[in-house]
Amino acid sequence: MVPSVVAMSEHTTQSGTVIRTRGLTKSFTRGKRTVEAVRGLDLEIGHGELVAFLGPNGAGKSTTLRMLTTLLAPTAGSAEVAGYDVVTQRRAVRNSIGYVGQGNGAGHTQRGRDELVSQARAFGMSRVDARRRAEDLLAAFDLTEHAGRPVSTLSGGQRRRLDVAIGLVHTPSLLFLDEPSTGLDPQNRANLQQQIERLHAEQNTTIVLTTHYLEEADAIADRVIVIDHGRVIADDTATRLKSGLGDLVTLGFAGREQAVIAAERAAAGLPADATVERSGQVVTIRAARGAETAAGLVQDLAGLGAPVQRITVAQPTLDDVFLDLTGRSLRESNETTPTATDETEGAAA
Amino acid sequence: MSTVLDTPAPTTPTTRRTAEARMPGFLADTWNVMVRELKPVFREPASVLFAMVQPLVFLGLFAPLLPEVENGSALQWFVPGIVAMTALMGASFTGANLTQEIVTGSHERLLVSPLSRSSLLVGRALKEVVPMLMQTAIILAVVTPFSFDLHPVGVLVGMALLSLFSIGVGALSFALALVSKDQEWLFWTVQQTLIFPVLLLAGVLLPLEGAPGWLSAASDLNPLTYVVEAERALFAGDVPVDTVAAGFLGAAIVAALGLLVGLRAMNRSA
Repeated sequence: MVPSVVAMSEHTTQSGTVIRTRGLTKSFTRGKRTVEAVRGLDLEIGHGELVAFLGPNGAGKSTTLRMLTTLLAPTAGSAEVAGYDVVTQRRAVRNSIGYVGQGNGAGHTQRGRDELVSQARAFGMSRVDARRRAEDLLAAFDLTEHAGRPVSTLSGGQRRRLDVAIGLVHTPSLLFLDEPSTGLDPQNRANLQQQIERLHAEQNTTIVLTTHYLEEADAIADRVIVIDHGRVIADDTATRLKSGLGDLVTLGFAGREQAVIAAERAAAGLPADATVERSGQVVTIRAARGAETAAGLVQDLAGLGAPVQRITVAQPTLDDVFLDLTGRSLRESNETTPTATDETEGAAA
Repeated sequence: MSTVLDTPAPTTPTTRRTAEARMPGFLADTWNVMVRELKPVFREPASVLFAMVQPLVFLGLFAPLLPEVENGSALQWFVPGIVAMTALMGASFTGANLTQEIVTGSHERLLVSPLSRSSLLVGRALKEVVPMLMQTAIILAVVTPFSFDLHPVGVLVGMALLSLFSIGVGALSFALALVSKDQEWLFWTVQQTLIFPVLLLAGVLLPLEGAPGWLSAASDLNPLTYVVEAERALFAGDVPVDTVAAGFLGAAIVAALGLLVGLRAMNRSA
């Protein structure tokens, strides 16, 4: 659809690159302490990508997003968004992007419909077009019947849908979402993910979102950029990130002897980077394409007099990826108290 | 509850939206911001009563205690001060709305929108005129049946003067909100600390004639003093040029200072 989306910017269509950063750095100083929130980020994001910045709280995801959306000036380095410099061409960047922040874009004393119209007018739409666009979005996000109520009286899910609708008023070809599903219940989170995926699929909108939900990054992003301590520590599709780790196969046997036979047999047939461990009558194997290996192994072992009694095959999760990269579990990192970086980010807001 | 995103085709027939072309200018942005600020006021007009509680209490419980003065009723003298007090209250409270927007996130959304920083401040400050006029109308409607003579021309000029003053105080209040960021207590502490000295030093409740030297010196430095004196003359049906000019000068200084400080704060807002 959407001629207005395609015609977005000469700059972007020429290169296909929508976001380019070079040594992008942000440090906050509080008292004598300097916190380096983002350290020398080099990124390229192409037109039509759906990218998730994944990392624990305080990793620098939101700070990066705030620099890309002109809310924060970088301490060092540069970034171009939609072909414009985020420092010297801030207004042009703002005209070119949609942004859904962590908070509520809609003012709490406002009515949803009023906010949509106001936002549309800010992007230069005529009064008639702004009203029509507001009604279309209200219908699309199932908000028509709530559009005349003060935003403060809407439910969390309704408010979040309204925020996303406001971010889409001008049909941006590049959309930033900062922690879009934080605070939503699982059902609303699933709805929102579905909406993001459809927006991406149907309009080829470039979408950059931050999340600390592994499942969310895994489910919707084409490309996952794992950020920790202000640096990119991994950048690939979720599938490829995980496939590097291999499946976890657990085999249970009737006795210890059979398990010993199985461990030897498995180790012999696997490449060097696979690991085989035995503990009592249980053998665990971590190997690429482990699920396929397990099928053959089960047959072999039956012939060797060590029949498998029990088998589980677990595919790696992004948490395993994070654990492998950092030695920490992302789930646990999320549960720790917010770091100093978070505080400074909040203060900078 | 399940929502399907039937993303509507953009209804704008405009196919090209290059970043620089055809974007609204400063005036259109300012108008947009002002209209947005006024929407909640018009949708819930009773909200203007919030800033009026204290002035109305003073009007009801303080005015009856005033001794009758020689030329005209005490009410005639007291009401202009109460009108100015209401303007000061309303405009100085207004930053709290911005604090709220900073806390909840809508301020951030506006900062990422193409609206210019200046329009975000000026549009808000200009909006202060509307609730001020609504509040003044209410006060005048309340007091006119009593010993208060309504002089329309004087009142109209007085409203122009108070509009200028409200814009300035509103801008200062927004600047305070921007500096306070999400610390709501800071905003209220500063606002509450300043408002009563400013009111009392302007002679809103009691005349300052015969005040000790230091007090009248402080009063002379207070722009509201001149605004209130001008309002009293105007509400009495006089237009003494020097008093009114001094009032406008005082209000203009507040407006200029407010816009200067407010624009600086908004431009630094991130």
